[in-house]
This record gives sequence, structure tokens and C-alpha cells, in this order.
Amino acid sequence: MSGDAYADAPKRLEDDPLLRGRGRFIDDIALPGMLEAAFVRSPHAHAAIAGIDAEAARAVPGVHAILTRDDILPYLETEFLVVGLPSSAYKQQRDRPALAGAETVHVGEPIAVVIADNRYIAEDAAQMVMVDYDILPAASDCRDSLADGAPPVHAGAEDNLLAEFDIGYGDTDSAFAAADHTFSEDFHIHRGGSHSMECRGAVSAYDPATDQLTLWVSSQMPHSTLRVLVDMLGRNENQIRVATPDIGGGFGPKLVVYPEDVVLCIAALKLARPVKWIEDRREHFIATTQERDQSWTVDVAFGDDALIKGIRGVMVHDHGAFTARGINLPQNSAESLPGIYHVPHYRMNVKLALTNKVPVTPVRGAGHPQANFVLERVFDRIARELGLDRNEVRLRNMIGPEEMPFERPLKTRGGLPVTLDSGDYPKCQRTVAERIGWDEFPGRQKAAHADGRYIGIGLANFVKGTGRGPFEAVTVRVGTSGRIHVYTGATAMGQGTKTMLSQVVAEVLGGDIANVTVTTGDTAATALGIGTSNSRSTVTAGTSAHVAAGKVRDKALAVASALLDVPAADLEIAGDEVRPKGGPGQIANIKVTLGEIAHAVSGTPGYSLPAGIDAGMEATEHVILDSPAYASGAVAAEVEVDVETGGVRILNYVIALDSGRIINPMISAGQALGGTAHGIGNSLFERMAYDENAQPLTTNFADYLLITAPEMPRVDVWFEESPSPLNPLGVKGVGENGVVPAPGAVIAAIEDALSPFAVRITQAPISPPEILALIEAARGQG
Amino acid sequence: MADTRKITCTVNGTEHSVEVETRLTLADMLRRELNLTGTHLGCEHGVCGACTVLVDGRSARACLMLAVQADGAAVDTVEGLAPSEDALHPLQDAFRDHHGLQCGFCTPGMLMTLKELLADNPDPSEDEVRVAISGNLCRCTGYQGIVDAALDAAQRLRNGEGS
Ligand code: FES
Ligand code: FES
Repeated sequence: MSGDAYADAPKRLEDDPLLRGRGRFIDDIALPGMLEAAFVRSPHAHAAIAGIDAEAARAVPGVHAILTRDDILPYLETEFLVVGLPSSAYKQQRDRPALAGAETVHVGEPIAVVIADNRYIAEDAAQMVMVDYDILPAASDCRDSLADGAPPVHAGAEDNLLAEFDIGYGDTDSAFAAADHTFSEDFHIHRGGSHSMECRGAVSAYDPATDQLTLWVSSQMPHSTLRVLVDMLGRNENQIRVATPDIGGGFGPKLVVYPEDVVLCIAALKLARPVKWIEDRREHFIATTQERDQSWTVDVAFGDDALIKGIRGVMVHDHGAFTARGINLPQNSAESLPGIYHVPHYRMNVKLALTNKVPVTPVRGAGHPQANFVLERVFDRIARELGLDRNEVRLRNMIGPEEMPFERPLKTRGGLPVTLDSGDYPKCQRTVAERIGWDEFPGRQKAAHADGRYIGIGLANFVKGTGRGPFEAVTVRVGTSGRIHVYTGATAMGQGTKTMLSQVVAEVLGGDIANVTVTTGDTAATALGIGTSNSRSTVTAGTSAHVAAGKVRDKALAVASALLDVPAADLEIAGDEVRPKGGPGQIANIKVTLGEIAHAVSGTPGYSLPAGIDAGMEATEHVILDSPAYASGAVAAEVEVDVETGGVRILNYVIALDSGRIINPMISAGQALGGTAHGIGNSLFERMAYDENAQPLTTNFADYLLITAPEMPRVDVWFEESPSPLNPLGVKGVGENGVVPAPGAVIAAIEDALSPFAVRITQAPISPPEILALIEAARGQG
Repeated sequence: MADTRKITCTVNGTEHSVEVETRLTLADMLRRELNLTGTHLGCEHGVCGACTVLVDGRSARACLMLAVQADGAAVDTVEGLAPSEDALHPLQDAFRDHHGLQCGFCTPGMLMTLKELLADNPDPSEDEVRVAISGNLCRCTGYQGIVDAALDAAQRLRNGEGS
């Protein structure tokens, strides 16, 4: 899409201050008397802590306090962050402590905190805190950590199996026995980070006069932070406020509650001074959650007709050292594996392996990219074995639009059936194939090969459950100033949430988005918020906003009807006033502003409200949306591989995206593009490497590569709009869709480019040296 | 133990004399001493470009420069880009029109890098824009909106807007 296509999309309300350098990010908060914190972190993946000597550090001028586990325990009801989503599959409970005690289990785990006049001094002193470690053997790779004799991640544990479950349906054994063809293949998808350009951070403040503790935090889910703080600090919800300033990107890891949040609150309580902590990038590499390490062994049964008869296998998921979220990621992976295809029999055994690495929680895509990669690679292999076109094989197995809603005999983590609600999958695939020139490609490829150029093409389809319920809270209120205020538990981290909600509310309340103010992610403004994750805000908050705004509109019309003596049915809201339908006409002076309406119902002592009208111009909604709305689509990539260097250049990239009704095409395309960039990174660049002792090897942006502008192709974004029947707006989430199918398509294109060497790629990402090694191996055989 | 120096530099056209610790970075001086928090820190090791400012008209990483090195220099930051409260610089306008920002965290560095590019090369190609911002990381946009904004801003500036 080009700029012109955005002509009708309202410009973002967020942009002006951000463009002027007037955003208020967490590090921009400066309170009077504020101190700054630096954490002492474990340099070892696994060690016993024999003692901590902070004397020298305490003596540094400007240091106000150094807190270790012993110092914070008096402030804690429990020292553990108990956050795991419920499941019966757990075999071990492994909650993070606020600060490590007798043992540390990953590099980066917080052990103590230094509070000083400023960060420079705090970091100096943190260096001087002496921790006495007895190094223990560490489990690094999830594939090894479940083996007999692997070192236990937590000393004294019998093994490293955190949880295990089976998922599936049908009778795979009979399906395999009867199939024309079967194969088995191993796949590995590697760990990466989210790397929002703003790292984490928080500011805590305690006011003894009001007994009020406030935590401003760069978090996607301030309401869950509040709940954890209530549990751990033994304070009630009225004594704690958690609020989010502008957030410089989230992408998953900021939905987690972290030990640093808790420790910072305790520091403010103890010192009665505000305390700020801003994570640096190295800390982000070692202390912020990551995702994606999964190892799959998949057996596939299929017929001469290329139809899949059954899929079964085993998947090992790297969980990291602690449970910081739950078993949701491998659940997402295993549940989403069948994708948009008919898979008549399916069974997957899933094991969650503890490792001595930073905990694993959702990163944009949340388990879906791995499963998508495995499945789309399976289709490419079937096509190759049968000598059929890769797209044809997919179409034969695909669920058609006439089959919607399509119920799969699988359950979500909440026990609901997996029901694909809407979408035209064949159309999305045809669209990308057409736009990238799929049918003509063999000719172009042949010509390129003749020139010594290796170009290839790949395609992947995807589906992703979005808008996870049960609800998001939204309050819509018209103030006596006439301004419309919207409060929501959803958080805004760059995806235009405020603009989106303003559009949804203005659509029913006068049409002027400039008259709407949106407050996101503040527990003092919204009681029952959930927060932003899983591409859920447009679906859940958008729906609640739509319904709440409708109620406020009905009330505005009822009050105006009483004030103007005109039937409500003959009135409309235009801009900030209510007037007779169809414009002023002959009764030009018959109108009343939203501000006057709010005044009329705000109550004056001793005077009655208009007859039959209750107080206030506001409505709060928590519209329940249990079943996810399934967004879907297809992508196609064309690449060129340099067989001398192993370098890959993406020449062309097309995405067709069905996120239902699109509220703002400019913002939605932006989400698709950002997700695609992340997904290409997951295909070619982003590898969070560890050595065999679980020491992280890539802890800066020179070693861990994010895609930059020259590597990023221009992406052709195409929207297919099949409205979801599950919500009144017809919307499905958009934030994560770009990331999911990218590795499947890019890796397939590389493999296709290297077809003269007949290489097979079963991992993501893949680096130039690995590509060269594959070519070398093929040449050796040839 | 703090070793301090008095420095004078001109920031966005205004002269400032500040007593700074010799180890204070230019970024921290701007953010902490002058309260110009538009200059962001995304890595503090010179790779992400979020902290990019212009020093005597040339882009520099404010995280890798000490404040004392800016003694006597003219520093331009994102706060100085817009001509007034009512108007934006053509680059800023183009960023808004082309969705060149999402979370806005990389934006100040992108804008300052592109300001330098367009001063040097008023009519860049798409590839030249991409190379110019190759030292600025953005996790949100996939760069396309930024590239489109830069090309459009170049056009607007050539047409005499914002001058
Ligand atoms: S903060 Fe200066 S380059 Fe990243
Ligand atoms: S807009 Fe968020 S990092 Fe660029």
C-alpha cells in the first residue's frame, strides 16, 4: 500500500507530541527527590549463592541503600511471583523469587539492588557488591535438558520436565497404517527476543501521607502487575496504583510482571522517596523474557492425491528457568499446527523443558510462528515428493470458505472449541500467488539459473486466534466540558490504540475524533482491566467501546429529547451537539451541546434530574467475547541467494491479510509491516545464542541482529475483509499476523533458490554460514 | 569523587552553560540537565541510533559522546525541529502522513538522521534513504512508512515547504 491509500484513514492522534520529542516515556518521568536503581545480576547460568558482601558498595558516596533478599523479605507476604496460567499439565512449580536466595538459575537473574543518587553511582556500586558463587552445572539446550543425566536446572530436582501434555484428535495410528506415503522430519526454531526499542523500566513512589504506592511501568498489563503487587506486598488495591506512560514498543515481554517491579516498590516503601529503574539493552538481553526455541519431530501420512491423512509427533519447548507466564506457548503451537487445512487425524506430545536461561513467555506471534513453520515446510515436502506444485498441494488440503465456521475437535487453553469463524483462505493464497507472479516464476528462475543467479520463491498460509477474551474494560464518559473521555484497561504501545478507540467511539458519538481523549492502562482509571496482548485490543476494547458509546449516545438523545421537547428518534449527534436529524433546517436554534447535556445530568443539589433519566453521562462495558476471532492470510516471498557468500536478499514480498473489517487501513498496514520485519528477522537474522553452559553469547545489537532498512524489502500489503461474526464490529486482530508466516515463506524461497543443490532446510533462522554448509554438503554428495 | 567541568554549548539555538561531570554522556546532559527528553536511549552502545542528534550539523550518537566533547558546539535535537507550536517540519508532517512512526521511540533519531541526509542530498533515491537510516533501528514499522515519509519530505522541501 502507498501513502495514497491512507487518504481516508484519520491521522493518528498520538503522532504530534511524539514527533516533537514530547512523548512521556518511562525514562522521561522525573519526580522531586527521585533516586535511581541498578540491579546486581547473576553472571552464572547456575550457581549456589554462599554469601553477599555489600559493605564496600554501601560506603560509596551517594548510595542510599542496597537491598538483598534478606532486606526485602519483611515487606513481602510471599517472595514469589505466582503468575502461571492455570493448567493440570504442570509437574513442577517454578515461580520467580523477587530476588534470588540460595541459588541462581539463569544469567541476569536479579540478586540485589543498589539505590543511589543517580544511575552512574548506582552502577558503580553494583559492580562492588561481592557475591560468593559456587558454580553448578547448567542445562542449556532444551533438546538435551530432558535427557537422562542432564544437570538439574534447579538443584535437587529429579529432572527438568516442567510440564507435559498430549493434544490431538482422531486415530493417527490407523491413518498411518493405511496411508500411501509417510515421512518423518525434525525441525528446530530458535530463540529470539522482542527488542522493543524502549527497554523495560519503572518508577515507584510512596506517599506516607496518603499511604499510596504508585508504580509507573512500561507494561502491557498494568492490571496484572497490580494483582501481583497486592498478593506480594499485602496491600489492598486502593493503596496501589499502577499506570503506564507512553510505551516504546512491547511485542510480548512487557505483558509479564517482573521481579524488578516488585523490588522497586519495596525500595520506595522503605526509603519513602521515588525510585527509578531503567533497563539497559544488555539487561534486556539477559533479564527480559524471550521466546521460540522449539524442537519438533513430526511424522506425516499422506495419499497419492497429496491429501494429508494424519500428523503426529513430539515437540520439546524451551521454558527457561522459571514459569513467568504458563504453558500457553506450546499449547498455542500444538493447537494451531493444523492451521487452515484438513488434518483428519492429529496427535502431538508436548514436553516443556526447563533450561538455565531467562524465562520464556510470548514474543509477537506467541507459539504460532513455530507451528506455522513446521506445517508449511511439511506441505513443501509433500509437493516435492509427489512432484506437484506447492500451491496446488496446499489448495487441495485447504478448508474452504463454504465450510465456515469450521470446528476442529480441539480445545483452546480455556477449554473452548477451536472454531475458525471466518475467512477465505484459498482467495488469500491466490491473491499473493498472483501478486508475486507465481505461475510465471519457473521461467524466470530458469533464466536466472542460466545466468548463475539463484532466485527462489516461497509461500505460506497462516491463521491466528486473536482477540483473546474474556473482555476488555472500557468506560465512555461525556464531561460537562463536552469532551468525550474514554478509559480502558488496554494499553497503548505504539499500535495506535488511542486513535482506534477514538474512531470507534466517534463513529456513534458525533463523528469528531478530535473531541475524544483516551486514557489507557491506568488502574486508577479502570477497575477491571486486562491489558494488551494476543492482538486483542481492537477486538475486545473496540467492542466494549462500541457498545458503551452506543449507550451514552442513547442517553444523550434521551436527555436532549427532554431538554428540547423533540422525540429522541428525530434527533442526531453531529460534532459536539445534538440537533434534529438532517441538520438545522428551519429549526436552527433547536440544539443542545454534549456539554449542556452532561450538565443537565450531573446533578445540582436540591434540583431534580429530567424525568425518567438517571445521573451521569457515562457507560462502562466489559463485553464478553470468549471465542477468539481467527485472523488469517497468506504471504509469498521471492529471494536471491548468493551461493558464494550464503547471503540472502529478499527481492519481493507480498502479504494478504484477513483481519476482518479494517478500522484504520494505515494503522493496520503498519502493523502488518512491522510484524513482517520481525518475521524476516526470525528467518534470517535473529538468533539469541547461548554456549553449552547457558552463557548468553549475543548481548548487544552488534552480535544480535535486528533487520535494518536496506535488508527490508518493500512489502505489498493486501487486505481481504471477511468480517468476524463474533463481534459487532466484525474485526479480528492484526498486530501479530505479519510475523507468523514469514519464516515458512522465506525459508521455502531459499530452498527453492537452491533447488539445483536439492538442499532441505528445517530450521529458522538460517545464517549465511549455515547456507554455505548446506551447499557444500550437497556439492560433496553430487 | 565527581570530576566536573563547566561547558558552554548551543542547543537548538539557545546557549547553555552547564557544570557537568566529565563522565556524563551528551545524551544524559540533554535529558537530565536540560530536560530535553526527546533524545532517546535504545541501546547505549552506539548501534540503535535512537539517540542521534546533530553536532555542528553532523549526526552523532549522543550515547557515545561525552557532554564535555560538546563544549563550544552547536547541538540540534528533535525538540528544535518544528518551526512553531502550530506547524511541524516537513519531515515531521510526512512522518505523520505516511505512518512513519508507531511507538515513536526511534522517531527522534530517525528525524535527525534524515534531516542531515536531506541537507546533503535534497533528492535521494529510495536506496539512498534506506542506506542513510541503516544505522537507526525501528522495531515497529518495518521502515516502509519511514522511507516513504523521507522521500515525500524531500519532495516537499524541494517545493519550498518549510523554508
Ligand atoms: S542509544 Fe545511542 S545508538 Fe543506541
Ligand atoms: S516506531 Fe517504534 S521503534 Fe520505530
